[in-house]
Order: sequence, then structure tokens, then C-alpha cells
Amino acid sequence: MILRALLEKLGHRVFEVGDGAVAVARFAELQPDIVLLDAMMPGLDGLEAARKIRALAGDRLVPLVFLTALSDPRELARCLEAGGDDFLIKPFNRVILEAKLNALNRVRLLHQALSERAEQERRKNEQMLAEQRMARLVFDNVAHAGCLSSPHIRYHASPMSVFNGDVVFAANRPGGGSLVFLGDFTGHGLPAAIGAMPVAEIFYGMVSHGFRAPDILREINSKLRRILPVGMFCCGAMIETDSRQGLLRAWNGGLPDAWLLRASGERIAIPSRNLPLGVREPEQFAASMVVFQATPGDQVVLMTDGFSEIRDPHGNMLGESGVRGVLAGLESPGQAFDALLARIKAFAGRPESVDDLTLCALEITGTTPPQTPVKISAEEAPAGPADWQCIYEVREKTLAEFNPLPLLLHICMEVPGLRCRSGEVYTLLSELYNNALEHGVLALSSEWKDSPRGFAFYYQERQRRLAETDGHFVRFSLSHESRPPGGRLRITCEDSGDGFDFANHSARVTERSTGQASSYAGRGLELLRRMATGLKVHGRGNQVEVIYDWEPPRRTEGRQTDE
Amino acid sequence: MPISAHRIENGQTLVIAVEGRFDFSSHQAFRDAYEQADGGVERYIVDLSDTTYLDSSALGMLLLLRDHAGGDAASISIENCNSDVRRILSISNFEQLFSIC
Repeated sequence: MILRALLEKLGHRVFEVGDGAVAVARFAELQPDIVLLDAMMPGLDGLEAARKIRALAGDRLVPLVFLTALSDPRELARCLEAGGDDFLIKPFNRVILEAKLNALNRVRLLHQALSERAEQERRKNEQMLAEQRMARLVFDNVAHAGCLSSPHIRYHASPMSVFNGDVVFAANRPGGGSLVFLGDFTGHGLPAAIGAMPVAEIFYGMVSHGFRAPDILREINSKLRRILPVGMFCCGAMIETDSRQGLLRAWNGGLPDAWLLRASGERIAIPSRNLPLGVREPEQFAASMVVFQATPGDQVVLMTDGFSEIRDPHGNMLGESGVRGVLAGLESPGQAFDALLARIKAFAGRPESVDDLTLCALEITGTTPPQTPVKISAEEAPAGPADWQCIYEVREKTLAEFNPLPLLLHICMEVPGLRCRSGEVYTLLSELYNNALEHGVLALSSEWKDSPRGFAFYYQERQRRLAETDGHFVRFSLSHESRPPGGRLRITCEDSGDGFDFANHSARVTERSTGQASSYAGRGLELLRRMATGLKVHGRGNQVEVIYDWEPPRRTEGRQTDE
Repeated sequence: MPISAHRIENGQTLVIAVEGRFDFSSHQAFRDAYEQADGGVERYIVDLSDTTYLDSSALGMLLLLRDHAGGDAASISIENCNSDVRRILSISNFEQLFSIC
């Protein structure tokens, strides 16, 4: 009674009960801020009631004060052990009571503030994770636009890899072959993810328009140079395959060695020879690719540095020697992907060890048919130029510096409906152009490419002769006439070279394709002949005319190829 | 102090020494080392004799120093790298931007 009066005088609302069990029940109902308990109570004793109240309060801090006439230190200690925060010894002193209640209330308020902060943090964190999941969906829609799911490409990336700064892109090139890019942004989280978006857009946009790897790398570099702050950049490697020519071109800027694994057992490292993307000004950027012969069954493996830098439980690094060891022990290149992942898991001894690394394996497939017609999107405008003619000539130094194919493809793709044949049109244009440039202007002999030494020589010579293109040209004459439901595209490609003995050449090609399986030469014209409605060689063999009649794909056809 | 700086050659050369791990935790200290030293510095030496490890954010910090020192006109040498550190610098082909010895 005295206590109640004292407390009310201090401004508190007081609820009084007579025994321990009722105290516990009323506690649950009233949720008071502070509980004063007599150590000795009928029914449930004070110590037991204290334990129950503590359990009911859960995460809430509710100070418990024992009221006691006891003065035995051991008894008092028991009160605190049972969950009490303090005790008041009878008879009560008003000043002490007030001071103790204030002190306990400060602790209570502090605890409450901390709990609220923690709850806020938890909610914020939850929200951030939800946002990351959403962001990832958006990113995946951009990044997985290509052929990452093709059977000849396998990759491992943590589900949240874009927030680790790792990206993998892969796309089919319009004329056959693939383009793969593995990138590793410095830094983690949002900055890396934001930087990855334009890279994905550039990659997929440019490859579908027929641009080659060096152009795409140059564009990515200048974009990143422009948008990333100094000190942030993207290590990356790009592989371009050309299955028809049996070629592979590689560029590595800042990633660990990529590997070309041949069915013959050969293991060829493709080391980083360039600065990462986004470091150099565009005019200083080096986009030259290393060229390799590639035969079906060969594999290319790309990896981020998370791979060699993985540590075992004792802190030892797997290192590049560890990677080499795995690759040396393979029975066939096709096992590389699984073997490398298995090695990592075994080495680090933790399944989550693979979270911070990205691995991609690309298998070289046989001659792929040029891209089959793609589905026509519903929103594609039916209107556009259908009857036209143009002449486009590339000459002098421009022959060495500029690839006219994306531009020519773009002109052709303006024809309504022809977009669905972009792969074939690209192949026609690129075969004509490559023949004109390499065999016409540069007078390179495709027979050199038959031996590995000649192959290297061919590409050295190509590089050298490109510096001497004075007085040379390659001229395209394109015309299209509408022939509903499709049309006729006529492409004539003329070059300033000496031409060639066409009749003889095609006889040799036929002989060769029956005899030698590994011959790459002469495939260009052979392929053109197969795809085109008509093919004629004019002049001294330096002018090739192709007639290409096309029709839009039937509906079922369009659906089938939408894989 | 894991990062220390001193001047040599009449104060025209600033030597920044990094001890232990050169990673994101050194960010502010590394930056302070060259930003606070300004005035008459024409050459920078990043001394990595006591650096055990270097990660990609350290590469970024080196690029920031290069930018601060005038970009392509900067004179910066990275010295006394151990083989691991050297390897990381050469994978990124930083010898195209810095003189590394």
C-alpha cells in the first residue's frame, strides 16, 4: 500500500495483484514496462514468476525488481539469477526507489531503441535482397538474350554473380559461329551491376548487326572508359569462333589465362596481353585478336581470378599451377568444365566456395549451317524500302581499318521481311567480302591454311599486306526488287585484285572436298553456291555476282526455329 | 602504419610504401598519401617491398594515383614487387601504364 502510493506519486500507473500466478497472467495481458515482485508470494513464488515473465517478455526488455525484506546476500543473489534486474529492500526509501526506477527505465528505453534499429536494419536488408532479386531478373533478360543455353556452351556463375561483378554473355554470330564474353568488374554490388548493363547491350546489339569482336571490344572499352570512374574497370576475355573457316580468335585483357584444349591433347594458354576494358582512352585501346585453328571437339575455357585464387582450409591457393594440373589430367577436352568445378569444390572443401568465381567452357562445333530464319516479331513494320539499288566502295587504307559488313547488312535489313534471313544475307556478304579482300586485294592463297605453319604465315601475311592497300578497292553493288511474298537480292562484289581462274579453282575445290577432310580452302564459293539462287563470276575472276531469292518463312517454320 | 610516404631527391620524388595487404582497406590511407603531399612532386615511387598481396581494388587505386599524377604524362614506378604481386600486375598488363621493377 505504501509502495503503491509512492509509485503513483512519482507519476506511474500501478496494477496490483495478490500472487505469482495471477502476476504472470496479468503481465501477459497488461504488458507493463516495469515489474516489481515480492520474492515471497503465495501460489507461485517470486523467483518462479520472474522466470515465466522473462519468457513471456521475449525480446522486450522488461526490468524486474524484487521487493524483499531479506538481507542475506546469497538470497539476494538468487533473485538476480532468476532474472531480476535489481532489488529493493524493505522498508522502501522514496529517493532510492525513484533513482532505481529511473535508471532501469533508461536501460529499458535504450534497449527499445536498439531493438527498433535492428528491426529497421532487418527490414532494410530484406528489401535490399528483394530489390537485388528483381534487378537480377531485369539483368538476366538483357544478359541472357543470346545463346548461353546452347549445348556447346557451359558456364558456372553464382546466381547473384552480377553483384559480384562477373558477367557471361554468348551469342550466335549471324553468319554462323559464336561470340562469348566473360567479364569481371572491379568492385562488387551495385556499381558493378550498373556497369554490366551497357556492356550486355553493346555485346548483343552489335553481334546481331554483324559486327566483329574487335569492333565490339572497342565499343565496350570506350563506353566503360566514359561511364566508369577512374579506378574502376572490367577485366575480360572474348572468344569469336568461325566454324566454317575452322578459326578461333581470342582477346584477353586482365583475366587469368584462358585455355584452348585440343582433342589431340594439346593445351594452349591464351594469356592476358591487354589492359582491362575501361582503362585506356579509345585511341590507345588495342583490340587485336590472336588467331588459332580450331577443329570440332576443341574446347575453350575462360575463368575469373576467383578460380586460381581460391584457398583451401589451410589458406593455400589453388593457383594457376592447380588449374594447369587439372587440364593436364583430362582424357578429353569435353571433361574440362566438370573437372575444374569438381577440383574447386574438393580443394576448398566447402560447397559455397564456388560462389565468387565464374567459369565458361565453349565447345567448337562442326560447320554450323548459317543461322536459320528467325521469327519475325509482330511489331516489325511491314513498310520499308523494297526496290532499290546502291553501290558502296571501300578503298585504300579504309580496307585495313574498316569492316563494311554491318553497314551493308543494315541496308539489306531495311527491306521488309528480309530480317528473318539476316543470317544468310550476312553470310553472303561476308563470304563475298572476305574472298574479295583476302584473295583478291591481298592475293593470299587459301591453300597456305592447310598446314599449321602455313596457317600462321597466312595471318602474318594478311596483317602485313593490309598495310599496302594503296590503289585497291572492294566494290559492292546491291539491289533489291520486290517479288511478293519475298524478293530478289542481287549482290555483286568486285575487287581490284588480279582475279582467279574460276573454272580451274572450282574443279580443285570439288576434288579437295572429296579428298581431304581438313581442307578449309575454297569453302566460301562453295557455300555461296549452295545458298544462292544463282552465282556468276565475271571479268577476270574479280567480280562475283550472287542472286538470292527469298520468301518469308512459313508460320510453323518460324516457330520451330525459335529455340 | 601500413601506408607511409616520404620524399627523396629534394622532395621531387614521393615514395609511398605499402605494408601487408594492399586492398580496399588501404583506400583512404593510400589516397591521403599522395593528396596530402602535393607541391613540387614530379615523380612517384610505389614501394611494394613489404606488400604481401594486392587485389583489384589496389589496381584501381594505382589508376587513381596515375590520374592524379597527370594520366599519360605521369611518372610512376612500382618497385620491389614480390612474384605474386608482380604476377597480378602483369595479368592486367599494368606495365603498359607504369614502369614496374
